[in-house]
Amino acid sequence: MRDTSDTGRPQAIVTLQDVEKYYGEYHALRGISAEIRQGEFFSLLGPSGCGKTTLLRAIAGFEDISSGTIRLDGRDMEGVAPNRRPTNLVFQSYAIFPHLTVSQNVGFGLRKAKMSPEDKRRAVGEALEMVGLGDFGARAAHALSGGQRQRVALARALILKPRVLLLDEPLSALDKKMRQVMQVELIKLQREVGITFILVTHDQEEALVMSDRIAVMFEGGIAQLDDPETLYRRPASRRVAEFIGMMNFLPAQVTGTGPERIEAEVAGLGRVTLDAGQCPGEARPGAAAVGLRPESLTILFDSGVAHDREVRGTVAEVTYYGDMTYYDIALDGAPDTVSVSARNMPGRRVLERGETTALAWDPRALSLFC
Amino acid sequence: MKAGPLTLFALLYLLVLYAPIMLLPIFAFNDGTVIAFPLRGFTTEWFGLLLETPALHQATRNSLVIAVSVAVLATCLGLFAARAATRYRFPAKTGILAFIMLPLVLPEVIVAISLLVVLMQLGLDSGNWSIIAGHTLLCIPFSIAILQGSFSNMDQSLEEAAIDLGETPLSTFRLVTLPLVAPGIVASLLICFTISLDEFIIAFFLSGNAPTLPVYLWGQLRFPARLPMVMALGTILVVLSIALLVIAETFRRRGLRRAGLKDSGGFL
Repeated sequence: MRDTSDTGRPQAIVTLQDVEKYYGEYHALRGISAEIRQGEFFSLLGPSGCGKTTLLRAIAGFEDISSGTIRLDGRDMEGVAPNRRPTNLVFQSYAIFPHLTVSQNVGFGLRKAKMSPEDKRRAVGEALEMVGLGDFGARAAHALSGGQRQRVALARALILKPRVLLLDEPLSALDKKMRQVMQVELIKLQREVGITFILVTHDQEEALVMSDRIAVMFEGGIAQLDDPETLYRRPASRRVAEFIGMMNFLPAQVTGTGPERIEAEVAGLGRVTLDAGQCPGEARPGAAAVGLRPESLTILFDSGVAHDREVRGTVAEVTYYGDMTYYDIALDGAPDTVSVSARNMPGRRVLERGETTALAWDPRALSLFC
Repeated sequence: MKAGPLTLFALLYLLVLYAPIMLLPIFAFNDGTVIAFPLRGFTTEWFGLLLETPALHQATRNSLVIAVSVAVLATCLGLFAARAATRYRFPAKTGILAFIMLPLVLPEVIVAISLLVVLMQLGLDSGNWSIIAGHTLLCIPFSIAILQGSFSNMDQSLEEAAIDLGETPLSTFRLVTLPLVAPGIVASLLICFTISLDEFIIAFFLSGNAPTLPVYLWGQLRFPARLPMVMALGTILVVLSIALLVIAETFRRRGLRRAGLKDSGGFL
């Protein structure tokens, strides 16, 4: 359910234009420009200190920006206080008021709303129902578990029907199981209410699972802004590739470049021909690196079938995860081991350290970083 | 735990420290004007005598007026300073705070004499207000120490959350900050009240001819016949002080519990 403008493209709800932020000498945000669309689940992903929280707080109004503009719903937000912006923020610590009950927490933002007390009570009840805390209204806020606090914080922010909901690492305080449950719930909730969500996270898996689009940030700037699949398949730089998921890098020598094809000699794989689209930026002859994901190498357990592109390697390390096994394999002719994942299907055995095996690979799965 | 020599030492130490105070209630109820053993019998005569001494009543009134004013003043100022200290960064912050906390370690006699000199230089009469000023100076460090704890225990994003939900900074203070630091405020009020009520040196130097309770008490020591009455008054003051401090500590701990936090020090 997305608003679309006349052009058919989803409308921008948040427009960031050349946003810069300095803390004294420290350059916290560098030329951030992005459009966040109406109804989108958008993530700001990056390591700690990359400026993602600063950017979120700038959108919420808790940080002034040094230059550039932030537009919300078409309005320039310069000089607009946080309590006057059409945004609500879910804090990392949830910031549940400990002296109030769950209902009072959720209804906190309605204090100044022109509604009858019954309407307010109904709105609070609906908001609690929405996050699955229907019977918790009378509870004291400090008696809640982490997951429940998270839900109260969501209900409290969503009851005001903000244009944009900002979430600052909302799942980082939860344990792994709870985090996965809340990820699914957040996605459902976002689809239900149709409000734009902007999520800050350092967890690439979380971002991939939840987002429509992700902005990967390093050192205060956006390194790549794309949907999860493009981000994973076609990382714009080696750094992004390293940050999103796992990627092996093999030294390569670019031998020929053309408008559509790139020829390269890759350690362990031999001569390959790549699509120009497989190299972000300009391909130029010389030393480069080829990246490939652990699942792009297929271990040939039953070596009876011949493959076009086969390499051989020796298993150096085995990590068993139950559903998957990750192998570190030393490919013949490659300097370092590569990580290879294999699904543990019925009838398939787990290789042992020291075994040699054949592997198949597909040139379409490679990325070239010059 | 085995009772080693250290335990014995600790017990002896506490006995020597507090035994003299225990003499107060003992002689306050002793039916005799001489403060000496053996005890002569039980009487509440000395407490009755307290009620019949108008000068004492005046001194009590002075002390109460001063103590209440000091408690309110010092707590208000302490509130501002504690919030500034925990929420903002500003130049020379450490120095400024150290300066405010200085009266804690400054000899009271020096403070009292300097205040008296200033008053005389300005040609002002000493009176309750000057004692209030002196005691406030003395109490602010205590107030700050208590309230700083309250503020730093409070998640800073609570205030931001209230603003984010549409409140102004002022209504945020009223709806969120104040209720959460309220136990600290009550504790600060009670402790400042107690300190001011018991304080002697500054009151002695600045009280002029309107003595506070401790100053009046000291004056009565010159009359041996009044000594049992002084004991009775002392008893009341000790009981009152302990009661107030216990209440103050109770509030401080309740505040911690309310915020769902572990105890991290305090005065008691």
